[in-house]
Amino acid sequence: MAHDATLEMPAKKLWGGGTSPFGASYGKLMMWFFLISDAFTFSTLLIALGYARHVHADSWPLVEEVFYHFPFTHAHLPLLYVGLMTFILIISSVTMVLAVDAGHTNNKKGVLFWLGLTVVGGLVFLGSQAWEWYTFIVGGEGVMKTVIVDGQAKEILVQGANLQYNEYGHTQFADFFFFITGFHGFHVFSGVVINAIIWWQAAEGVYEKRGHYEMVEKAGLYWHFVDLVWVFVFTFFYLL
Amino acid sequence: MEHSTEIDQSYEYSKPHSRTPEEGRAVRKKILMVTALLSVITIVEVLIGIYYSKTHVSPGTWQAIKWFYIVLTLVKAGYIVLVFMHLGDERKNLRTTILLPMVLVIYFIFICIFEGNNILQYVQDILK
Repeated sequence: MAHDATLEMPAKKLWGGGTSPFGASYGKLMMWFFLISDAFTFSTLLIALGYARHVHADSWPLVEEVFYHFPFTHAHLPLLYVGLMTFILIISSVTMVLAVDAGHTNNKKGVLFWLGLTVVGGLVFLGSQAWEWYTFIVGGEGVMKTVIVDGQAKEILVQGANLQYNEYGHTQFADFFFFITGFHGFHVFSGVVINAIIWWQAAEGVYEKRGHYEMVEKAGLYWHFVDLVWVFVFTFFYLL
Repeated sequence: MEHSTEIDQSYEYSKPHSRTPEEGRAVRKKILMVTALLSVITIVEVLIGIYYSKTHVSPGTWQAIKWFYIVLTLVKAGYIVLVFMHLGDERKNLRTTILLPMVLVIYFIFICIFEGNNILQYVQDILK
């Protein structure tokens, strides 16, 4: 957070050297710049998805007819599981905010508690995603489809999904599912690893010795960004 | 060496500050309010998705729902970036530096959706 005393400064003095014109430390600034570039990467993925959807509008499946499974039940519950995943990620984002807030008052116990919960939330999300992938790949009854096998067109029973064909609709539907949620899941995974390392360092008292918990804030920026991306994936892949 | 290459940045770090319990409560209350808002928006989105499926409504209604989804998403994104990531508390020049490049994304969306629709039209015309 910027210091209030330096918030309003004349531009000449701001850029005159000796102080950060942005009122942020080097590390935090670089985390923001990394997030901008990462935002562009995810934007291109989602825009490519939009392009494919519009080109193959006639063979794109109804997404709520694909994702209607829920663990421990065979009921038809469209979108509910994805909604739950979104909720899990939002909650883990909230625990991260509380960890950052605890860091602002040098509250080591608070940081450890909330950051620990954030790591748990991230792991729960990854587990949910693994289940969703499993359900998607295994599939249901399957449909008869004409596919190219060894250069020849053949009519086969297609069940579930792989990168060549899937029972739900156009090939690119499954490809985009694997790529976008996979790329996001990898971000969640690295976020969990980073948070775990920082939890460990906080427990060791590294930040107490340093006098500030800004590292928690930087990891927090990354973690919130992962949540932010999921908000967009949820809308543009699942809802529209 | 005249100038030290090591620049002391310690005064730029987010230093811990003492605050009254009331201030702490106010911060946590704001976080909880935003959490509730984000959850409610997600629930609304899921309910619309379940009860107003693309196949059950007219194309015009679906178009309206689509835009409603996009608005809700942007509201959610705004709260995450401005409150959870504390961008709202940063200096104005930092806010602009981070948010302004995203204008390019809007232009790119326009190009790709426009092009996608045209290619679909073209392919359908050929097959006719």
